[in-house]
Amino acid sequence: MPVEIDIDHVAKLARLQLTVEEQASLRTQLSLILEHAAKVGEVAAQDVPPTAYAIPRSNVLRPDVPEPSIPHEAAMQNAPEADQGRFKVVRIVETGS
Amino acid sequence: MTELCDLTGAELAAKLRAGEITAVELAESSLRRLDAVDERLNAFLTRTPQVALERAAELDAYLSTGAPQSAVAGIPLALKDVLTTNGIRTTAGSKMLETYVPPYDCTAWTRLSGAGSVLIGKTNCDEFAMGSSNENSAYGPVHNPWDLNAVPGGSSGGSAAAVAAGEVVWSLGTDTGGSVRQPAALCGVVGLKPTYGLISRYGLIAFASSLDTVGTFTRSTRDAATLLSVLAGQDHRDATSLDTPVRDYTEGIDAGVAGMRVGVVGFGEGVQPDVAASVRAAVERLAALGADVGEVTLLHTDYGLSAYYLIAPSEASSNLARYDGVRFGYRAEGGTDVEDMMSRTRGAGFGPEVKRRIMLGTYSLSAGYYDAYYGQAQKVRTLIIRDYETAFAGYDVLVSPTSPTTAFKIGERSGDPMAMYLSDVFTIPANLAGVPAISIPSGFDSAGLPIGLQFTAPVLGESTLFRAAHALETDLGLDLRPPLLAGV
Amino acid sequence: MAEWETVIGLECHVELSTQTKMFCGCRVGFGAQPNTDVCPVCLGHPGSLPVPNAEAIRRIVTIGLALDCTIAPHSLFHRKNYFYPDMPKNFQISQFDLPICLGGHLDVELPGGVTKRVGITRVHMEEDTGKTTHGSASGRIHDADSALIDYNRAGTPLVECVSEPDIRSPEEAGAYIRELRATLEALDVSDVRMEEGSLRCDANVSLRPAGTEPLGTKVEIKNMNSIRSLERALTYEMARQQKALENGEAIVQETRHWDEDAGATKSMRSKEEAFDYRYFPEPDIPPLDPDPAWVEDLRAALPELPRARRERYVRMFDLKPVVADVLVGDRVSSALFEETLALEADPRLAANWITQDLAGLRNKAGAEGPNLVTARHIADLVALVAADTISGQGAKQALEDAFVTGDAIAGIVERRGLTQVSDAGALGAIVDRVLSENSEVAEQFRGGKQEVIGFLVGQVMKGSGGSANPKLAQELLRERLNG
Ligand SMILES: [Mg+2]
Ligand SMILES: [Zn+2]
Repeated sequence: MPVEIDIDHVAKLARLQLTVEEQASLRTQLSLILEHAAKVGEVAAQDVPPTAYAIPRSNVLRPDVPEPSIPHEAAMQNAPEADQGRFKVVRIVETGS
Repeated sequence: MTELCDLTGAELAAKLRAGEITAVELAESSLRRLDAVDERLNAFLTRTPQVALERAAELDAYLSTGAPQSAVAGIPLALKDVLTTNGIRTTAGSKMLETYVPPYDCTAWTRLSGAGSVLIGKTNCDEFAMGSSNENSAYGPVHNPWDLNAVPGGSSGGSAAAVAAGEVVWSLGTDTGGSVRQPAALCGVVGLKPTYGLISRYGLIAFASSLDTVGTFTRSTRDAATLLSVLAGQDHRDATSLDTPVRDYTEGIDAGVAGMRVGVVGFGEGVQPDVAASVRAAVERLAALGADVGEVTLLHTDYGLSAYYLIAPSEASSNLARYDGVRFGYRAEGGTDVEDMMSRTRGAGFGPEVKRRIMLGTYSLSAGYYDAYYGQAQKVRTLIIRDYETAFAGYDVLVSPTSPTTAFKIGERSGDPMAMYLSDVFTIPANLAGVPAISIPSGFDSAGLPIGLQFTAPVLGESTLFRAAHALETDLGLDLRPPLLAGV
Repeated sequence: MAEWETVIGLECHVELSTQTKMFCGCRVGFGAQPNTDVCPVCLGHPGSLPVPNAEAIRRIVTIGLALDCTIAPHSLFHRKNYFYPDMPKNFQISQFDLPICLGGHLDVELPGGVTKRVGITRVHMEEDTGKTTHGSASGRIHDADSALIDYNRAGTPLVECVSEPDIRSPEEAGAYIRELRATLEALDVSDVRMEEGSLRCDANVSLRPAGTEPLGTKVEIKNMNSIRSLERALTYEMARQQKALENGEAIVQETRHWDEDAGATKSMRSKEEAFDYRYFPEPDIPPLDPDPAWVEDLRAALPELPRARRERYVRMFDLKPVVADVLVGDRVSSALFEETLALEADPRLAANWITQDLAGLRNKAGAEGPNLVTARHIADLVALVAADTISGQGAKQALEDAFVTGDAIAGIVERRGLTQVSDAGALGAIVDRVLSENSEVAEQFRGGKQEVIGFLVGQVMKGSGGSANPKLAQELLRERLNG
């Protein structure tokens, strides 16, 4: 069964500006891929636990001991724009959470 | 003519130790080959000749004191451009990181560098390691040294081609769904994907964190074991790295396959007849060498492909969120507010395959779809792990083709993502289960293109893998010099 | 008109005062200059990986135990995905359906000796964001044309503590935060300063007709920087919702921002559809499966919590509940009091000095001001006053002196001549002078206006530079006036 996808909504969630052509081809391609991917629903039953980690491990922690940070210049070196030792961006309209 | 750079790491280490050659001569040999062929291959995105020659000279000075040396000291190496290198541009094959210079080294390179490895450059790859043909690089496709009109496979196509063509003696790639093994098969070299967590992922630019592994390209199984001995081991910067003891993986590599239980994974149509025949012939050789051969079925392999194309894009959609034009990398012009700036940056900075997977992953994780897609895919992952547990109860190692086909023509599959995704059907299950696998050349198709055979072992069963691969490789004794080199 | 009941739940974020950040070795709250406490991990650089801080995990388990939570035998980090420029990876490593601590409570002391139990839904571990400065003349977000980001704070360990909607008034909300703050102070896990952002609280508020069960539509309020502004914001929001409901308007489920200057909550222009967080298990961090024996060790090592301490103070030392409350609510006072007890000072007197005069001095000096007063000072002061060696007035001066100089009380008393003049001869001359200078007042006393004696004693004290024994001064005055 073909999958209907609200491309516009997903693109917004993913912060991807898409051209009209991209939207059209993605609508078709994603639908096809998801149709194939939906096969996962055919096999795995209720009693199968999910696996998030290939190799089970637990409690991998780091002691609370400072390590050197990187020099300020190195932190800023790749900044597309900087001012007063900070990363500069155009105004923020939407609020975070 | 065979040059130094055409020898294996083991041969070169012996010559260096014996004082027959210098590290500088070796680096120069490698750099000459790079100059001679890379215009045709496009395997390298960044070359580091100066760094290489300086390092080689230092090593020669050190070696002349008779000090003990590592088996990787002085051997020319290339790194896939998704592995970070301090002060050396690292692009991940993306326009997004065209000017990105990392402030730190990945752990894999830290270890090799500490052992005296000589870096020749950073290799081309599919953008953010997403692809099976290397056609998704923002810097143009890599050409297969066996047929310049064919793809080298992907995503680590540059690293595979570079080793096949002798530009370097060995290289590192990354394997998330087959990205080391499949290009190794298509380029006629040895490709190792170790157990998940055996090599630190710190500094591996993440594609799908629960599947990503660093892997190696070499011209022999022994060289793969040598590299792994330096690379393996726990890293306190990677919480998923395994606390296994450091060891020499070349030990016992010559023990042969007598009595080894080898399970041949059933494969049906969709496998190119030449490839199927080559794998069957190889299995007969193994039996002749004393292996106990039987047939095995991995029940959920087909579902594994579906699960992979949900899990990998989901994790990728999150891992790639950081490319937003704020702290590093590309920023698009003209954003009216920060959200607009980010959307433009990501729309223009990512290529089509990356956008496709980000969209796929974002959708799979979004409200209302998680359970049907991501959640269900995780359950399939459990079933794949169980398949392997069942199989390894009866067999020490499994055999299958690495890729259903040999190298295909550039452009042949690029319009059909689903067909491209099917290239990974034999390699994906090992990533889902975290088990180690290796691809070695097993022969050639009718067009003279190399064929790859894959061995798979249980978690941390690398030694078994090397033993089986080394026995077959020695028995087959293939000549793996691509025609490209005839004129060099 | 229907009576309305207010239903409030609080979500508090607590920055832990660990040495290093949650997932990297950068120092917490160290660098004064922007973007100096940063590394590839907390800047979200490609290829970097998070490794959780063991001390942060120990602290959150301690917090969970103090709040009577169940410590989950299996818990996971999840990624919370949303784009915001001060969040380096554009996802926050947080917890989702498997938090470390679940289902506890906090008993809160209300005025009038009433204790209220507020349920704790969950306590989970996450990481803080960087700090954004909006670039405009006013510093306000809405007329800014650019923003500057400093990631020093990014990755600071953050504990989120979510209460049940058990709180019924702004006063109860204030009391809850005070109790939570005192508890966290006693655990020594955070600076818990609301003004500085190491304790941040958001409130979910709704109204329902009194006596009914179903919850009304809730509104989330953010940006309260003190307990006072929290109480003000809640009071405002209650009135706003009541007015809307009584006008027959529906309450919009939304996030509102508390504007301290305007004294009002304001709707935030948030696009609700943007908040689909796409949680999934953080693949870079293996699960947490705390060893039950370790958890029990932490439980056994819990310090005395504020509630128990308050009860002990009232029961054992007969302190007034309000004094006990002030002592317990402040870690410095509480610690000083405990040390003073060890020096066998009178507990009630010591408590008064600590919660009144010393607290006043500390307030005036501010958090950064000097405070050289030790338990020894308090114990000596209490003893000297009890022995009538110095007057209350003199003791105040001695305390002020010690606050700045740290000198021993005996030395200060000597240096400043604060010993009470208890010599009737020496004091008599001063008394005579005061009476002759205030003959009118003396007449009033003799005319029956007994209360003016206080004024005259004050004059004698003044005349003696504060060193007179006030009891003796009064005796001498009465002798002369009645004689
Ligand atoms: Mg939170
Ligand atoms: Zn850091």
